[in-house]
Amino acid sequence: MVPLTHYLALSLLLFILGVVGVLVRRNLLTVLMSIELMLNAANLNLIAFSRQLGDLGGQIFSVFIIAVAAGEAAIGLAILISLYRLKGSVNLDDAAEMKG
Amino acid sequence: MTPALFLFWVLAAVVLVGGVGVVVMRQPVHSALFLLLSFVGVAGLFVLLHAEFLAAVQILVYAGGIMVLFLFTIMLVNVRRQAAEPFLHPQAGFALLLGAGIYALLGWLLVGEARKIAALGAGGAADPAKLATVMIGGAKIAGNSQAVGWSLYREYFLPFEVASVFLLVAMIGAVVLGKRTMEKVD
Repeated sequence: MVPLTHYLALSLLLFILGVVGVLVRRNLLTVLMSIELMLNAANLNLIAFSRQLGDLGGQIFSVFIIAVAAGEAAIGLAILISLYRLKGSVNLDDAAEMKG
Repeated sequence: MTPALFLFWVLAAVVLVGGVGVVVMRQPVHSALFLLLSFVGVAGLFVLLHAEFLAAVQILVYAGGIMVLFLFTIMLVNVRRQAAEPFLHPQAGFALLLGAGIYALLGWLLVGEARKIAALGAGGAADPAKLATVMIGGAKIAGNSQAVGWSLYREYFLPFEVASVFLLVAMIGAVVLGKRTMEKVD
């Protein structure tokens, strides 16, 4: 059996990759993909603990996270399409109207 | 090295290569393909963790649904005409610093608590059957999908229904946002 700490370390690395992706990339498409990476890391954590504790609860929570991720992707990509129609670009630095 | 540990390292490498590819690749199409690689790797890890139902859902929803959504959007926004993104954004230093900070904090926690974590559920942990069996009226049902299904419809019925309403709201929201002109909506 693989130790739980291995899974937690992997999930930590995946989450950090997502955080860095969100902050470094300026293309909205890649930013959304990085958010998916972070959600995947959370799922991995939950399921690893579910396995360790012998409790199904973690898997159930993962089902809900996957549902939220699907909704988030649909809405995020719809916003991306509207942004592209408005600006002709999906670069986040071009959408800076709210920046004082 | 046990076969499970070997598989874990292989899948972890797949997941991390996919994750790094998503962040590093310049073309969104390449990022999307690396994201797919990462999803498949995570699905493999779910199988390794005896969450077979979740692995199937991961492939169907992520690799099937969300990936198709991403690829269609990439096709619609004509990314080739976009100005090339510089490799290092002014924000990159801050991003790496924050990432390193979170990594250090959580890594420190993980290392510090490693013994406690390893002792978690020491009693029933090694028993994969526990994740695949639920007692229903004295009868035992077997199989991870069946156990998850029963749990979802019995103990977590209200959240399940709320999730369906949430998905409906997301669908309507996506349709409204994706409409060609916002004026015609109202």
